[in-house]
Amino acid sequence: MNQIDLNMVDWARAQFALTSMYHWIFVPLTLGLSFLCAFYESLYVRTGKEEWKKITKFWMTLFGINFAIGVATGIILEFEFGTNWSNYSWMVGDIFGAPLAVEGIVAFFIEATFFAVMFFGWNRVSKGAHLFSTWMVAIGSNLSALWILVANSWMQHPVGMAFNPDTARFEMRNFWEVLFSPVAVSKFTHATSSSFIVASLFVIMISFWYLLKGRHAAMAKKSILVAAVFGLLSCLYAGLTGDESAYVNASTQPMKLAAYEGLYAGRTNADLVAVGVLNPGPVAGDDPFLFEIKIPGLLSLLANRDSSSFVPGIKDLVYGNPGQNIVGVNTKMERGKMAIADLAGFKTAKKQGDAAGEAAALQKFNANKDYLGYGYLAKAEDSIPPVHTTFYAFHIMVILGCFFTFFFLVVLYMGCKDSLQRNPWILKLGVITFFLGMLASQAGWIVAEVGRQPWVIQNFLPTNVATSNISAGNVQATFFMFLVLFTLLLLAEVRIMLKQIKIGPEEV
Amino acid sequence: MGSFARKKKRLLQWQGRVARFYLEGFRAMTVGKTLWKVILIKIFILFAILKLFFFHDYLRENFSCDQQRSDHVLEQITGQAAMQVGEHNK
Repeated sequence: MNQIDLNMVDWARAQFALTSMYHWIFVPLTLGLSFLCAFYESLYVRTGKEEWKKITKFWMTLFGINFAIGVATGIILEFEFGTNWSNYSWMVGDIFGAPLAVEGIVAFFIEATFFAVMFFGWNRVSKGAHLFSTWMVAIGSNLSALWILVANSWMQHPVGMAFNPDTARFEMRNFWEVLFSPVAVSKFTHATSSSFIVASLFVIMISFWYLLKGRHAAMAKKSILVAAVFGLLSCLYAGLTGDESAYVNASTQPMKLAAYEGLYAGRTNADLVAVGVLNPGPVAGDDPFLFEIKIPGLLSLLANRDSSSFVPGIKDLVYGNPGQNIVGVNTKMERGKMAIADLAGFKTAKKQGDAAGEAAALQKFNANKDYLGYGYLAKAEDSIPPVHTTFYAFHIMVILGCFFTFFFLVVLYMGCKDSLQRNPWILKLGVITFFLGMLASQAGWIVAEVGRQPWVIQNFLPTNVATSNISAGNVQATFFMFLVLFTLLLLAEVRIMLKQIKIGPEEV
Repeated sequence: MGSFARKKKRLLQWQGRVARFYLEGFRAMTVGKTLWKVILIKIFILFAILKLFFFHDYLRENFSCDQQRSDHVLEQITGQAAMQVGEHNK
């Protein structure tokens, strides 16, 4: 038996984080710009004004550049599953097969048909048929994201499945339960609405740049108004879906909720930390903050829809809290170790043809299988995710989300008053704000993925048991290859886009 | 002309129109030509270099059937290796 190489685990993690984060640079723009193009074209079809057509074609070109550079960057994640994460890949193959196959088919048909009509079909198909294609690209791109997000959500909240001890695979029992799990619904709506915000900020950034340079002012102003409305509505919706995510976390991943709130000791009437600085050292007492501004009772209200309810903290979840019926991790670890031992017993009995032993081991395994993952933990504290990273990523995301709402309101107001050009400070701020949008979007994923550690499948499989028996050197080499490849792609995107932006809408 | 022949002719005409639509679309591309170059280079790097030489499917390459693969994964999650992860973390 080979020993699992923890250095390899860290490199595989780093590589997955690198590729996911690069991939997520392109995805939000694709999801959001596709809808913005559909809005601009709808205005063209409705009004018949050529300037809307010009605007549509310009943003469609930038959408096309982003799509072309970003396409297939997600495939690398699938390569990594097979090479670096083979245990995990084997175990979830049955669950992920269906959503990823649907995603592949949807993406292929959309790209082969509606993309072609959208880019090649101007003046060659009717206005209505072209508009339909543009809408189909927007809807299809977002539906394509749905399946990936469903797969991710299943890892955070594994439902609609059963573990088959014969094959060591999780098998799907109820597709609809997987598709409509509360985590999947909130993740899809939150990820897409936040992507709409990023894309709206992108349109505003470029339009503001035009206004600063005194070029294409009419086109820029029209683009801004649509993007500001879309961005503002998306901000409000992202706020609602974010709230729903936290509410779902409270029941499905309470440790993640406690980590991103920096809540060590659970309490009733729990306060929400609006802004805070965590003590960088180990937490001695119950207050981990050097400084914080709290909103009384709000965390209890958001987590349980009841401001007087109890919200468990990290210590309650790790060490247990009998008063609140919370079982500690040590107890779960004992049951997890029993599940692993019974799974091993089942395997041995089966190999020896001992049917009675097989049935007995299976019965015992089933009694503890929900705690399987805890059996791999060495100590109860291993169940705590990196609190500082999760806390700061969450608060950066939320604070920036609030700022974007305010920003879109101001832009919309000034846009309606036609006073944007008289206030260069807002134009300069708008150019920077897009990068803050990207930061918030990435921070959201850090909350989702770092906050769920140590699990790759919640409660069933810790990240460090999910890997393959390969050397760290192999993963290190490909890590740097990806770093170079993605950086080159990003530079290519920026270069081609800048060239197209300099040309402007007149020449498109 | 029979109805089958007419249908066949119509289908061929339709196929021709679709082919022309794509061909003329590709020919008329401006920035699209650069993008296609980027896509093709990227796909070549991904599949002909990275996938072929660096990203082997560990289970497919090391085991010949699903039974062996599941035995291996079961061994991984129940055997000593899983416990060693725990020891290492202590």
